[in-house]
Amino acid sequence: MSAITEARPSASKVYQAPGNPESPVKVKPRYENFIGGRWAAPVKGQYMKDFSPTNAEQFTEVPRSTAEDVEMALDAAHAAKKPWGETSLAERAKVLHQIADAIEDNLEMLAVAETWDNGKPVRETLAADIPLSVDHFRYFAGETRALEGSSTEIDKDTVAYHFHEPLGVVGQIIPFNFPLLMAAWKIAPALAGGNCTVIKPASTTPWSILKLAEVIGDIVPAGVLNIVTGPGGEIGKALAANRRISKIAFTGETVTGRLIMQYAAENIIPSTTELGGKSPNIFFADVMAADDEFLDKAVEGLVLYAFNKGEVCTCPSRALIQESIYDRFMERCLERIAQIRQGNPLDLSTQMGPQNSKAQLDKISEYVHIGLGEGAECLIGGKQPNLEGELANGYFFEPTVLKGHNKMRVFQEEIFGPVVAVTTFKDEAEAIEIANDTLYGLGAGVWTRNGKLAYKMGRAIQAGRVWTNCYHVYPAGAAFGGYKMSGVGRELYKATLTEHYTQTKSLLVSYSDSSLGLF
Amino acid sequence: MDHQTVAPITATPTAVDAVTKLRQLRGSLVFYQSGGCCGGSLPMCFDEGEFRIGDNDVLLGFVVDCPFYIDPRQYERWKHTQLILDVGEGEPQGFSLGPADGWHFITRSRVFSPEERVALEQGGIP
Repeated sequence: MSAITEARPSASKVYQAPGNPESPVKVKPRYENFIGGRWAAPVKGQYMKDFSPTNAEQFTEVPRSTAEDVEMALDAAHAAKKPWGETSLAERAKVLHQIADAIEDNLEMLAVAETWDNGKPVRETLAADIPLSVDHFRYFAGETRALEGSSTEIDKDTVAYHFHEPLGVVGQIIPFNFPLLMAAWKIAPALAGGNCTVIKPASTTPWSILKLAEVIGDIVPAGVLNIVTGPGGEIGKALAANRRISKIAFTGETVTGRLIMQYAAENIIPSTTELGGKSPNIFFADVMAADDEFLDKAVEGLVLYAFNKGEVCTCPSRALIQESIYDRFMERCLERIAQIRQGNPLDLSTQMGPQNSKAQLDKISEYVHIGLGEGAECLIGGKQPNLEGELANGYFFEPTVLKGHNKMRVFQEEIFGPVVAVTTFKDEAEAIEIANDTLYGLGAGVWTRNGKLAYKMGRAIQAGRVWTNCYHVYPAGAAFGGYKMSGVGRELYKATLTEHYTQTKSLLVSYSDSSLGLF
Repeated sequence: MDHQTVAPITATPTAVDAVTKLRQLRGSLVFYQSGGCCGGSLPMCFDEGEFRIGDNDVLLGFVVDCPFYIDPRQYERWKHTQLILDVGEGEPQGFSLGPADGWHFITRSRVFSPEERVALEQGGIP
C-alpha cells in the first residue's frame, strides 16, 4: 500500500469516463455472460441496466440471467474440469502468472472501469484494488507451483500418500464493494486448486469483471472461468443450491450467508462465508506520547473509516479512544476528516467517491437518523454534500462522525458508509469489553507504542484479523476471515488453497503380499 | 399504553400494499432481518419454507399475515427500536424477493420511548 503515497497528487489528473474517446476504457452498449471461453447471450434474452453511481446514469447493460444460464455455465465448467484438474502444477501456475501479468498490463484500464462501476476513487483502484488483484494471482501461482502433499511410512511395507485433489466445480458469489478484488480473492485459489468456477458478481457492479474477462478470457482454458450476471433472487439459488457444485463461497450479509450454508447442508458440500463486521479501532493514550510520524499514522488510522467510502466489511466503523487523550486526539482526527476531498472519483485527487447506489445512500441516512434518535451526537457530516454539475445526482454522503456508546444500534450494525461511531474507554479491560461486545468478529485495529499491550489486546479481541499499528492492508499471506457472525473460513493465505479449495486423498498402499489372517 | 398498541414490527401503507400484492402472486411469504455487510440492514423476503426458521429465531410480528423474524442475538441489540417495513428503489440484495422490478424491501427504525419499552415488557415481550 506504499503506492498510495505515490498517488498523493502533485499534479492533478482527471480520467475521462468509460466510453469517452479519451478514456482508457471502451464501453459496449451491451455485454454478455462469459461462459465456456466465449461470450454467451442469456438464454431468455433479458438484460439489466448498469448505472454509474457518479452521475446515476446508465452506461451499459448486462445479462439478467436465469437458471438456464447457470446450467449452461455449469455444463462448460464440468466439461473443463477433468483436463484442468489434471493440468500439471507448472502449467497451472503459468496460467495464474499470465492472468496476473495481463491484469497488470491493463492496470489503468481496469482501475478506471472499477471506479466507474463502483464509485470508488481512482487513486484507490490504481494504488490498491488492481495491484492487490495482480499480487493475489501471483501469490497463488507461487503456492500452486510449490504445492506439496505428504507421505507417511506407516510400517516398512505400508505407506500413506496424501494428495491435494481438486474439488471440481465451485460456485462463488461476490459483493459490490470491491468487485475486481473480491473476484481475484475467489478465482485465484479456486483455479490454483485445479477447480473450475462459476462466479456471480453483484447486481450493481456486474461490469468490471466482464472487462476483466476481456483481458484474461483467452488465457484461461475454456470453461475454467465462467461469469454469469444477474440478480441474486433469480440466479443465486440456482447456483448455490445446485447439485452440480462441489463447494460454495459467499461474501455478503448474514441472512444470505445462512441460506448459503443451508443449501450447502442439503447437498453436503463445504461452504465458506464472509459476512461483514463492526470492527473496533482502538487508540491507547500512548499514541499521543509524541507528536511524531506514528501519531500522524494513528490519526490516519482512525480516518481510514472513509476508505472506499466506508463500503468495506472491515470498515473500522467503531473508534474506541482512551479517555485521557480523547479531546486532543479527536481534534486532530476531525481536522483530517474535514479535509477529505470528496468528488469525481475519476479525479486523481479525489479521496472519497459516491456510495455504490441510491439504496446504500438511503440506508446511511436512515442510520444517521437512528443514531441521532438514540442520542448520538453528530460531530461532523451527517448529510449529503451539495456537489455541482454532473455530480449533483451522484450518491454522495459526507464523512460523518457520531459520538455515543456501544449499546446504540449505530455501534452494533454495519452501516456500510463513511460513518464512524466514536466512544471512549478507561483502561485495557474496558477496551476489550467494548471491542468484543458485538455480534461480529471480522476485523479490529489496535494502536499503541507498547508491544506487550498490543499483543495482549490482539489475543483478547475476538476477531479474525487484528491490525496492529496499521489498518486496511490486505496482503496475500495474511489470513482473513471471521469469528462469530462474521462467517466461516479464511482467505488470503497459504492454507486457503489446501483447506478450502482442495480435498485430501489418502492413498494407503500395502507393499506386502501377506494377508491379514482375519478371514 | 398497553402492549396492543406498541408493536415491535409495523409497516408503512406502501409496504402493506406491496406485501399484499406479492403474497397474492407468490403465496405465503416470510421476512427475516439481515445484518452484516452490503445488504446487511435489509429485511430479506422469501417464499415460505425457503429459509429454514430455527427454534431460536425470534418472531417479531406479522406484516399482512407474513411472519417477520430476527436472529435472537440481533434482537437483543435492536429491541429498543421499532422496526418499520418499507420499500425503496433498487434491486433486492442477496436472494431476497422484492415487491416489484427495481424495488426492494427496507427496514426503517424508530427508537421506543421509555413508556413504550415498559408497555412492551409488560406485554410479555422480553
